[in-house]
Amino acid sequence: MKQHELDNRLSTIEDKLIRIERRRAPSAAEGAGDRVYLLCEREQVFEICRFLFEDLALRFVISTGVDAEDCFEVLHHFANDESGCIATVRAFIRDRENPEIESITPLIPGAEWIEREMHDVLGIGFKNHPNLRRLILDDDWPEGVYPLRKEVQT
Amino acid sequence: MTEAVRKPVLAVGPFHPLQEEMEFFQLTVDGEIVTDIDVRISYNHRGIEKLSEGLQFDQVPFLVSRICGICSASHPLAYVQAVEEIAGVEPPERALYVRTIINELERIHSHLLWVGLAGHFIGYDTVFMWAWKYREPVLDLLEEITGNRNNYGNVKVGGCREDIPDELVPKMLKELDAIEKKTEMLTKAVLDDPVIHARLKGVGVLKKEDGIKFAVTGPTARGSGIAIDVRRDDPYAAYSDLDWQVISQPEGDVFAKAVVRLLETIEAAKMTRQALKKLPKGPVAVEVKEIPPGEGCGHAEAPRGETFHYVRSDGGNRPVRHKVRAPSFVNVPSFKASCIGESIADVTITLAAVDPCYSCTERMAVVDGRRNVIHDYASLLQMSRAKTTRLRKEIGAPEMKLEDI
Repeated sequence: MKQHELDNRLSTIEDKLIRIERRRAPSAAEGAGDRVYLLCEREQVFEICRFLFEDLALRFVISTGVDAEDCFEVLHHFANDESGCIATVRAFIRDRENPEIESITPLIPGAEWIEREMHDVLGIGFKNHPNLRRLILDDDWPEGVYPLRKEVQT
Repeated sequence: MTEAVRKPVLAVGPFHPLQEEMEFFQLTVDGEIVTDIDVRISYNHRGIEKLSEGLQFDQVPFLVSRICGICSASHPLAYVQAVEEIAGVEPPERALYVRTIINELERIHSHLLWVGLAGHFIGYDTVFMWAWKYREPVLDLLEEITGNRNNYGNVKVGGCREDIPDELVPKMLKELDAIEKKTEMLTKAVLDDPVIHARLKGVGVLKKEDGIKFAVTGPTARGSGIAIDVRRDDPYAAYSDLDWQVISQPEGDVFAKAVVRLLETIEAAKMTRQALKKLPKGPVAVEVKEIPPGEGCGHAEAPRGETFHYVRSDGGNRPVRHKVRAPSFVNVPSFKASCIGESIADVTITLAAVDPCYSCTERMAVVDGRRNVIHDYASLLQMSRAKTTRLRKEIGAPEMKLEDI
């Protein structure tokens, strides 16, 4: 995707996110709240997260790493506390052999731990992460075994 | 030998001395001043996300209520909200109120627990005795409703497992009046004490911009002027029907966090009373048969901050992915911003101020590499209390005898 194309799409997102008004009472028809999922390839993830965090000033909540059988997914969840909306950036990593994605920690220091966690349990690499040491796994844990991947049985 | 100076490192852990939890803080110190902090966690990793993938949707609430003994109402609530979002289920109105009441009772007992421990750390054992005494009736009420003082396991997809019996309501209202009165007295006593002002004001300041960068939540955020609260921002259960205030303080120090928690306790008692008076009639659960494919995010305001659960379903009877984010996961890294430049005596209470969750082991040794001094639990507590005593003398407050007991 070219830069101007991305910019156009991001401004559409801005319109959608900003226009949402805070719900006063939860109801079945509306579900538990407003949820927006932004699907993208791994190359765009940093730019989209920068846009959500800096330009729209959304709050970073957490990230989720998913082993989706044919690819890996990294989901960055952001919350808009003005409207109660949760915007999730869902990035696909197609290369299963050597999964890697750009780190958002240089942008959001609060993402340091969760990226280290995903690196530990799913084996996803984070480019430009300042400190990709083990967080969850013990130092004695064997290299190359990633407990949250689907091939590892409980 | 080269000229390179090896900086002394204070190792606090792997079992946190005061929180009695497995966390390992390595504080780089220059004399008494902390210049850097490194945190190692996950000594007690239980693989709950992986376990959850092997359980059926209706079994998971019992698993996630065991993530934390104190927040054992908010974790299952966030999870069932995520699943209800996938399935498009609306729980009956009475269930929403029961959820609200249990979560607010949880907040009261959790905040009182923190106030007691914070008092203990700085040498105010009277506060500890009071706060924990007032906490007991709350746990008893929770036991009467759910059968357990902790680990209630009371929510399920589509509603609640146990109802609040109508005959219990007058007793609960009476207890809540008593709790509110006692907490007000405690709050006044704590906030009017000049020694506590001197001891906690300006200590461990987390600036607003740092709070946003580290994405902190709950009282840690609200104590730094970031007025966010999931109960108001994305209303769930019956919170939108109640009349209440989000408490926030701009200062960002330990004192501000204490104020937020104390005032929130009183607010929670008021909310519980309102919810009990409005408690609608009817069933507390609807039947849920199948969970369709899809994904959902559920979040709830736990006593320590936002608890976030992400659930993905493929249409089977088990979640294919279940992500849990407890509030301490984002609150603890903010020590990097709040502890640097503090003295060791203040770090003790600063680390306690975000109220990380508790576990059950207690052991520590602090080694000062340069002077070869070993501090243990007792000596660190002693350092923290000695500072309080010194401040008390400077202010001219009367000697307190109780802590000698």
